[in-house]
Amino acid sequence: MLLSNLLVVVILMLFAGLVYYVRTNRLWRESAQSLWKRRPIAVTVVGLYFVVGILDSVAWVGGVDLSKTQDVVAASKPRTIIDRMFSPETRSERSYSAPFASKEFYGGADLTHPGSYWLGTDRLGRDVLYLAFKGVKVALLVGGLTSLIVIPLALFFGVSAGYFGGRLDDAVFFVMSTLAAIPGILLLIALITALGKGTLQVCVALGVTGWVSFARLARAETLKLRESDYVQAARALGVSDVTIIMRHILPNLSHLMVITFALLFTALVLSETILAYLGIGVDGSWGQMIDQARDELSRDPIIWWNLFGASMALFILVLSVNLVGDAVRDILDPRTLRERE
Amino acid sequence: MNELLLDVQNLRTSFPSAAGRVAVVEDISFQIHKGEVLALVGESGCGKSISAMSIMRLVPKPGRVETSARIFFQGRNLLDLDVPDMRKVRGGEIGMIFQEPMSSLNPVQTVGAQVVEAIQLHEKATAAAARDRTVALFKRVGIPDPEQRFDAFPHQLSGGLKQRVVIAMAIAMRPKMLIADEPTTALDVTIQAQIIDLLRELQEELETGILLITHDLAVVNELADRIAVMYAGRLVETAPRQELFENASHPYTQGLLQAIPGLAKKGERLHEIQGVVPPPQEWPVGCRFSSRCPIRLAHCADQPAPEIERSPGHISFCHALEKEAVA
Amino acid sequence: MVAYIIRRIGYGFLTVLGVLFFLFILFFAVTDPDDIARKAVGERAPPEVYEQWKRNKGYDKPLFVNTEHGWLSGGRYTDTLLVDHYTRMLTFQFGQSDADDALISKRIREGAGPSLMLTVPLFLSGMAVAVMVSLFVSFFRETYIDRMALVLCMLAMSVTILLYIIGGQYLIGKVLHWFPISGFDPDPTIVYKFLLLPILVGLVNGLGADVRFYRTVFVEETTKDYVRTARAKGAGEIRVMGNHVLRNALIPILTQIVVAIPFLFTGSLLLESFFGIPGLGSLTIDAIFGNDFATLRTMVYIGALLFVTGQILTDISYTLADPRIRLE
Repeated sequence: MLLSNLLVVVILMLFAGLVYYVRTNRLWRESAQSLWKRRPIAVTVVGLYFVVGILDSVAWVGGVDLSKTQDVVAASKPRTIIDRMFSPETRSERSYSAPFASKEFYGGADLTHPGSYWLGTDRLGRDVLYLAFKGVKVALLVGGLTSLIVIPLALFFGVSAGYFGGRLDDAVFFVMSTLAAIPGILLLIALITALGKGTLQVCVALGVTGWVSFARLARAETLKLRESDYVQAARALGVSDVTIIMRHILPNLSHLMVITFALLFTALVLSETILAYLGIGVDGSWGQMIDQARDELSRDPIIWWNLFGASMALFILVLSVNLVGDAVRDILDPRTLRERE
Repeated sequence: MNELLLDVQNLRTSFPSAAGRVAVVEDISFQIHKGEVLALVGESGCGKSISAMSIMRLVPKPGRVETSARIFFQGRNLLDLDVPDMRKVRGGEIGMIFQEPMSSLNPVQTVGAQVVEAIQLHEKATAAAARDRTVALFKRVGIPDPEQRFDAFPHQLSGGLKQRVVIAMAIAMRPKMLIADEPTTALDVTIQAQIIDLLRELQEELETGILLITHDLAVVNELADRIAVMYAGRLVETAPRQELFENASHPYTQGLLQAIPGLAKKGERLHEIQGVVPPPQEWPVGCRFSSRCPIRLAHCADQPAPEIERSPGHISFCHALEKEAVA
Repeated sequence: MVAYIIRRIGYGFLTVLGVLFFLFILFFAVTDPDDIARKAVGERAPPEVYEQWKRNKGYDKPLFVNTEHGWLSGGRYTDTLLVDHYTRMLTFQFGQSDADDALISKRIREGAGPSLMLTVPLFLSGMAVAVMVSLFVSFFRETYIDRMALVLCMLAMSVTILLYIIGGQYLIGKVLHWFPISGFDPDPTIVYKFLLLPILVGLVNGLGADVRFYRTVFVEETTKDYVRTARAKGAGEIRVMGNHVLRNALIPILTQIVVAIPFLFTGSLLLESFFGIPGLGSLTIDAIFGNDFATLRTMVYIGALLFVTGQILTDISYTLADPRIRLE
């Protein structure tokens, strides 16, 4: 609980810092305005997902009327704002029910909360809409947090290899080509099988797999920038390497960072669904929901709302991030990315 | 005077922008007769290349030639032709030479094959016949070892040789007219002279009309019979070469001529035209040059400049000259 | 050129050695062989059985240094898991499965056929369809057809492959009854019935991203000067696209194929498992579920081997496609 709350504070501070930076830097401010003008809906949707993720991370104990629930253990744990909005401890059924139904899907017994489940309930009688909302945080953790850790690391290795060259470059390049030689999904599986299951392990595995492509790009760009006239000029003036990297190299890579973030994010979230099918995904993810729902289609009459809820939540997020990423790419730099693809 | 080859009337080509379509070429009219070289001169961005592309109907999308314009080539309006007929004109009756020999050839095809394609697109020639003709063309444009060069890829040739290949491609079908868009700009000075000589030889030999697009007045002096000066999408002055160099009447042309290093005396500062060409969205409604003109009058910026005939064949678009003519 | 190919193969071999080291760390150092043994023989097995299992598999040796051998004895550094791992993998002696003692190499031979029957047609048809659609789209660039296609691609890219599979099975297999939902029969007269649905699903899954990529390449090529030259000599749009643009775009497309080769292998992982095709993908998935580390690391090794080979082949074909590189 404490960790999760702390994380929220850190993320909000980072976000505030980012907003401040974007507002003060003319180039970024104009790009942000242009993005907003082009893709207002997608940006809003991504923002909403972000808000839900935050709301599902702020947690504290208490607030449940213990007399109304059987599950006292769950009710006495810290609960997030999303938990409090849906209060799953008191609002649940025994089994499947269709969206807005007032009776159970099989057997037709009366529901305890008729008509209150917009997306029906699952096999255990849990509110599907609530589960879909809970998946937001998982997706943001898998996609966002992993990217936030991977990108700086990749940047560090890529830039230092590209800038300093020599042995260091050989070593980094060798590690990159070794990892790149293992087909992504096999690498993921191997890592998770070796490291064990769990959110952190999945994020680490996704990180190990994901850093290579960006590090490669950062290295290639740095090689180009190192030869540019202004870096040569700075060198001739005796500016230190660290200063050159901070002043001249990194700012010129920043647009790539933003674009990679979007690309990586969607790739990670989609990869997680595959892991979920293989039984090595993250608990509570949409991938897991889809995986669990796949047999429900073969029932007669079919149960579609579980699959629908999870895949729509996933689809809308991935689509919005794709749209935002696409627009960001057009705005910031149409050229370099094309070479990379 | 020879027969009329090309008659461009009120050419207008526009591109979309945030503030609606902007015409980057407006009201351009000129004629080219058989065997005549017309030089279209102006700074970069003044619309001279777009004018050339408009004649070929190759303006890159989303730009478009307004249908109010008429481009008569040997009596036919090119803008009315259907696509297959237009294709016959391109390469068949009008050849084109480009500025960048480095990039204007297909990098993965041999240069010979590219010239062969130019021939076979327009007539049914066997591979062997087309090859022979290509080798002959290579020889004609001064490519040494034409047999071997036939199988070379563009990157294996120097810039000058590549430009000769492009010229060979353009004259392959003995077109009535050539459009040469900055044919020497990307080349070394010594190579430039060779290419200019080659163009003049070919022009005399084939009696082609040439539309020469350039910003280099030295090239103009070498090749052109008549000169049309463009500024910011419009013509400002047209005259026979001699007349223009000696009696330029438009303030922009005068400024341009005074800015040539060779004409200034040693130690004297070169003349310069004040200010810079504004971007198309900010072009004045009236005379386009009015924002930089040293002899600007009160109404210049609001009313389009009138057409003044200074002498036969010498036309200038200027409000100040109108006053002079009346007085 | 020959020197280049030799250098390229040398580096590829080095990469494979690197992959093997990575696998060693992952499967012997991070995962304790004791864990593997315990999972294989069961938690409650007597210590003798457990030790015997480890000895049979050769998992009882130390990782890097064998202290049973003296300082000057060669066995001190060669009689170890690391050396065993390298020799076994490099000589393709994959040994037996950790789960049921079946020979891994035999399984791979059996699985390769069905896998290739799925991936090769999928790869070829995917390429052909994507190239044709994107040529068509770039032919109509900057028109509403182009914009519509881009929107569709974006939508298609945002759907997880799980949904394509589930949806495909449901729609075509259950509602329309065109193909069997899953299963496999190597009889050549009916095998297509089992392959069509997974191929179709795989095709749709990859189409969005591929069309977008190829379109970008084609549109980029159409803005080049040589295209203008081709038009100026009277070439029609179809000839310009088919002859000039396609030939030049082949170069970036070839690089894309490198990226696609391993995905042939992994994309089929899910398809095979879902559609019950007994190929290498199913083998890998069974290995994951059955804690069969020996099979898993063999599959990763083979995947990497294929990738490196594909990369070398692509580099060579790349030099053949681009005269600027070939003739250097």
